[in-house]
Amino acid sequence: MINLIIFSCGLLFAFGLALSGMTQPSKVVNFLDFTGKWDPSLMFVMGGAVFVYYIGQRISLSRDKPTYAVNFQLPTATEIDLPMAIGNVIFGIGWGLVGFCPGPALVSSVSGNPQPVMFLVAMSFGMYAYGAVAEHFLTRPLPQVDGGAGIHEHAMLEALEAEDKKHHLP
Amino acid sequence: MENFTPIESLSGGVLIGLASAILLFFTGRIAGISGIFGGILQAKHGETQWRVVFVAGLLVGGLLVNFFRPDMLQFQMDRTNFGIIAAGLLVGIGARMGNGCTSGHGVCGIGRLAPRSMMAVVIFMTAAAATAYVVNHLLGGHL
Repeated sequence: MINLIIFSCGLLFAFGLALSGMTQPSKVVNFLDFTGKWDPSLMFVMGGAVFVYYIGQRISLSRDKPTYAVNFQLPTATEIDLPMAIGNVIFGIGWGLVGFCPGPALVSSVSGNPQPVMFLVAMSFGMYAYGAVAEHFLTRPLPQVDGGAGIHEHAMLEALEAEDKKHHLP
Repeated sequence: MENFTPIESLSGGVLIGLASAILLFFTGRIAGISGIFGGILQAKHGETQWRVVFVAGLLVGGLLVNFFRPDMLQFQMDRTNFGIIAAGLLVGIGARMGNGCTSGHGVCGIGRLAPRSMMAVVIFMTAAAATAYVVNHLLGGHL
């Protein structure tokens, strides 16, 4: 069930990207280059997304825990350090150069168009290379991948907890 | 203003926000694509399967869009292969170093009212705008 839900989220996300125009790199560039033929459409993308996400997030976080996981894995860092800021600049430059970012690149890569495929391969290499370098040469930790039990271990843990409760009745 | 598509863009944004919210509700995870995809490359135990499933959803979604509305995915950017590859490398490195991308910081981060993400968005938007300007106006729209 959980896999179906996660898969559907990916599906919905892809539809959203395509409908919004984010999969049209020229539209992205025309939004970013506001001195040119400015197309403000993408402002509406972020506006719509943030609005809906904010509401959904309030609902989600008002519960004890996610339905299929032990805990919420939200970023805990509160400060921007210099490497992060530099990373944001680098990301911005890459994004502004062609108008692709990770999500649209993935969605467009299956269309038979070689451009997003090339971008995706290069992006994957960049991500992997950064991880490899960061681990060996920088003291800075990699972006947090885990903060608790994985989703699919959740069912196992619940079963264990239930067993535990059975043996410790007051 | 050219090709202004407020309805489609807003609707698409709503779907993106909805998908992200549903993911958070059921799994407690942030729908930051660079984190999801990049996390697969890091291959940590217990953190790979859900990511693969989500990315599979993205890809199948792409296939469906390509089937019913190919116009949404068809484009030809006036960029050399070199330019595209360079951009990909920068986005890959930058998204990991910067702890997120447009979905992670822009949607989920701002949605959390996280100052760190808001700052990140300001930084990468500025860099992206400056870059787009340079490419369009100083390089004649080619790269």
